[in-house]
Amino acid sequence: MAASTLVAPLLAPAGPTTASPTQRPLGPRQWPLGAVLPVALLALWEVLARLGVLPPNLLPAPSRVLTTIAELARTGELWPHLGFTLGRVALGFGLGAGLGTGLGALTGYLPLMRRLLDPLLQGLRNIPSLAWVPLFILWLGIYETSKVVLIAVGVFFPVYLGVMTGIQQVDRKLVEVGRVYGLAGLALVRRVFLPATLPAYFVGLRNGLGLGWMFVVAAEIMGANKGLGFLLIDGQMTGRPQTILASILLFAVLGRCTDSLLALLGRRLLHWQDTHGTSFS
Amino acid sequence: MLQLEHIGKQFANGVVALHDISLHLQAGEIVTLVGASGCGKSTLLRLVAGLEPPSTGRVALAGEPLTAPHPAVGVIFQEPRLMPWLTVRANVAFGLAQLPAAEQMARTDAVLARVGLSNFADALPRQLSGGMAQRVAIARALVTRPALLLLDEPFSALDPFTKASMHEHLLDIWADTRPTLLLVTHDVEEALVLSDRVVVLHGHPGRLSQTLTLDLPRPRRRTSPEFQAWKQRVLDALAVEVGA
Ligand SMILES: Nc1ncnc2c1ncn2[C@@H]1O[C@H](COP(=O)(O)OP(=O)(O)OP(=O)(O)O)[C@@H](O)[C@H]1O
Ligand SMILES: [Mg+2]
Repeated sequence: MAASTLVAPLLAPAGPTTASPTQRPLGPRQWPLGAVLPVALLALWEVLARLGVLPPNLLPAPSRVLTTIAELARTGELWPHLGFTLGRVALGFGLGAGLGTGLGALTGYLPLMRRLLDPLLQGLRNIPSLAWVPLFILWLGIYETSKVVLIAVGVFFPVYLGVMTGIQQVDRKLVEVGRVYGLAGLALVRRVFLPATLPAYFVGLRNGLGLGWMFVVAAEIMGANKGLGFLLIDGQMTGRPQTILASILLFAVLGRCTDSLLALLGRRLLHWQDTHGTSFS
Repeated sequence: MLQLEHIGKQFANGVVALHDISLHLQAGEIVTLVGASGCGKSTLLRLVAGLEPPSTGRVALAGEPLTAPHPAVGVIFQEPRLMPWLTVRANVAFGLAQLPAAEQMARTDAVLARVGLSNFADALPRQLSGGMAQRVAIARALVTRPALLLLDEPFSALDPFTKASMHEHLLDIWADTRPTLLLVTHDVEEALVLSDRVVVLHGHPGRLSQTLTLDLPRPRRRTSPEFQAWKQRVLDALAVEVGA
């Protein structure tokens, strides 16, 4: 996790963040191709599990996983778990993204701040974020604060880098147009820098969100009595792989949904982009 | 209206782009800068635009030293430089933020009609051809009604017909409000159609080589013998510089 931004898109449960050029231009006739393999594998898995080829105490059938989720939902047990996990991610994401945006804007826009702050932040970025866990627990206790802070740390760096590099890469020629029309200071930031930085900002936000989901798992595994991560551990302790798989599936779905939400917002705001792969997955 | 006094420009990397340029423009005058590639024409315009300070000498507008971009000075760059996130209309209105919305709208519509892009008012820059984008850039500069307009090869991306019609539009606007125009071009005929004076730069660093004051009556016809004679004189002036 040291090189977090490079690795993040691959590890993130929400899937790769790099824009895939195939999404928009393809008509509805094309999409099922990507679904063939997963569906075939699921069917095979289901059949093998039903025939008893796969040991049910290690790898239960997909239908079993789905009924486990349905059961959790029916008894109401699911909702607090979902709520806690979502709440932690939301808080951690808000905190990390907010700080990342503020500091990234400072270091991106003001060379003095960059020289002052960036070396420290880049140094901290090289610490694998999970290495903070024991310290956070020692400082902040085992409860919510340490979890939220850990998630925030994960979210912070991609957002910070996205904002800073985004601002630095704003086209000088467009900035000059702004200056010719008398813009300076905040007006220049608002009318040129802000819109020009948005694409990089959204990449940073989505990478950050992906890391946020990864770190909530770590935070909940290290000790929690609520949350999807708790379900993982619970499933392991009680020898119920269907619970573990149910939790994994829910993580995937939640990660995907929140990422799609961000992507949708990004598409709305960045519809003007003129790039090969303007689409967000 | 515009005075350049002994302007020199050396860049931070040591390149000397301009040496001892002095030039005065009368209000309402159209002056064209010609000269070989790299002799500092764009640099000279950037100094007048207030985007960069001269290393030596001074630039003054109506007697006031010019050290930063000035609201009365408009610039059309060598490239369109449109904001990709703004529609054509919003790009054109970019410099009008202080005006009431209705006035912005009226001015923008008028100037868009003038450059023949009324139908593209709501398009985004990525939907425009290169020539259309450059016309939007021209509209964006014209709409603020600058007293001094700097143009850096503004028409070089246009086809000959659009180019000729842009010349006419520019001269129409000039006849209306008599802005001072300082224009860089590689197109000798363009210089002759538009300008009162042709200033030839040469060398590295760029220096003034000669100034030709055109006594051709307007409107100018490219086919007239006087026009052709002037064309030869400007080409000779450029050739002297290339030969030197
Ligand atoms: N920002 C800069 N830093 C260093 N050198 C520069 C810079 N801008 C221009 N130059 C140099 O100054 C010289 C003049 O450049 P300029 O762009 O003014 O030429 P030009 O006459 O406009 O050429 P062209 O006709 O090709 O547009 C060139 O040698 C160029 O390399
Ligand atoms: Mg140039």
